[in-house]
Amino acid sequence: MESNSTSQHISHKFDEEMENLRNQVLKMGGLVEQQISGAIDALQNTNASGAEKIILNDHKVNALEVSIDEACTQILARRQPAASDLRMVVAVIKTITDLERIGDEAEKIAKMALNLAEEDINFHSRYAGIRHLSDQVRRMVHDVLDAYARLNVDAALKVVRDDDEADKEYQDLIRLLITYMMEDPRTISEVLDVMWAARALERIGDHAKNIGEYVIYLVKGKDIRHLDLDDVEKDILS
Amino acid sequence: MTEAIATKIDPSILTSSSAPDDAETCMDVNKLNLFYGESQALTDISFQMKKNHVTAFIGPSGCGKSTLLRCFNRMNDLVDSVRVEGEIILDGKNIYAPDIDVTSLRQRVGMVFQKPNPFPMSILENVAYGLRLQGIKKRSLLEEKVEWALRGSALWDEVKDRLDESALGLSGGQQQRLVIARAIAIEPEILLLDEPASALDPISTLKIEELIYELKSQYTILIVTHNMQQAARVSDETAFMYMGEMIEFGKTNEIFTNPAKKQTEDYITGRYG
Repeated sequence: MESNSTSQHISHKFDEEMENLRNQVLKMGGLVEQQISGAIDALQNTNASGAEKIILNDHKVNALEVSIDEACTQILARRQPAASDLRMVVAVIKTITDLERIGDEAEKIAKMALNLAEEDINFHSRYAGIRHLSDQVRRMVHDVLDAYARLNVDAALKVVRDDDEADKEYQDLIRLLITYMMEDPRTISEVLDVMWAARALERIGDHAKNIGEYVIYLVKGKDIRHLDLDDVEKDILS
Repeated sequence: MTEAIATKIDPSILTSSSAPDDAETCMDVNKLNLFYGESQALTDISFQMKKNHVTAFIGPSGCGKSTLLRCFNRMNDLVDSVRVEGEIILDGKNIYAPDIDVTSLRQRVGMVFQKPNPFPMSILENVAYGLRLQGIKKRSLLEEKVEWALRGSALWDEVKDRLDESALGLSGGQQQRLVIARAIAIEPEILLLDEPASALDPISTLKIEELIYELKSQYTILIVTHNMQQAARVSDETAFMYMGEMIEFGKTNEIFTNPAKKQTEDYITGRYG
């Protein structure tokens, strides 16, 4: 059965609770997206005040994680959800953990932006390469939230696949940064900051991929973690 | 910092009851003891029930939960050799005070039993029964009140075209909703439900539970249930009883996620016994 509608339980209150849960996750997702964009902007424009704002806002993401977790616990204890409802609650619990970590990664990027702002460097001319990676993971997060909202398996699967490309992009970027350090060791501390930011972006991509896997679990009831993607695709799209 | 407060959402908006925590007290139970002859069935029960809340009583068979429920409309008076000590305060008066009129108390405190017990008469007459006892004779007024009660118990749409047929022809779930309609027809303030869904299939059970949720905006509801999950679903407060004592009484949200007493934990997690 692929019934993922949150509506039409005999208990209307239960419908309401599930719908609220979904909306809160989307609200948290929206907030996390803002945090990523803000952190990347602060990094690329070496904008200290922008970075500080991102760091200050991380607690909002954390607060949402805590309250959604609590709501899930209450639903498990009081509604004993089954089948698609159960998968929904389990997927939400996992999704918000990844969203919270994405929030932490955005905060890390903002911290690196702060360091770089102090060093007064021309970020654009030297580190334009990070732009690709950031656009990529930003899109992945956006797409996976969209897939969650619309329970779209194809879109979720695409995000899972996209992560390979993001990883490749990250490897290329690291190689480039290493050459910078070899060329001019005086730049090592600055390049390391950029490297940490790149690492955070790469991790955001991993978390987006995880969320994509939860969406597939939620809709199809199949756990595709650690499986070969081609097999998975044949299996769930058949 | 104001932003911090704004993002701290209250999990209660996501789940559980919409009943306000600061609801006023409906009944105040004070050191209630009950004896059947020599043997004590209830020991020092004290707690407060909130108005327009659902309070559930859970516990193993023989723990006294039905006995306690029957104290609230003095149904235990019908049993010989019962002795009750302590007080149950309703509207500032002890319902066990000598000057209490038990009949009018039972009008204020309606009761529904485990097995649906429709009278062998028509659907309409079943619901009108209590109203006639109250002296209402006018047909139009009776019909109006019957419709109101049947709508309240979510049965109207299923029976409106056959009000004159025998109530015994209804299904078990319908009969139970009919009995609830009969109870609310006389507009009590409090409803006592003794295992109202234990004889019903899961879907009828959920319908009764949804009905309980809807009724609580107008009534204060006490429910005895063997089904812990049912207590978790429908109630705002839960009382766990064992051997005639109230071991724990608290918010359902807390009892089912983090009970204070080990005995409660053991019972609701199936470790009891």
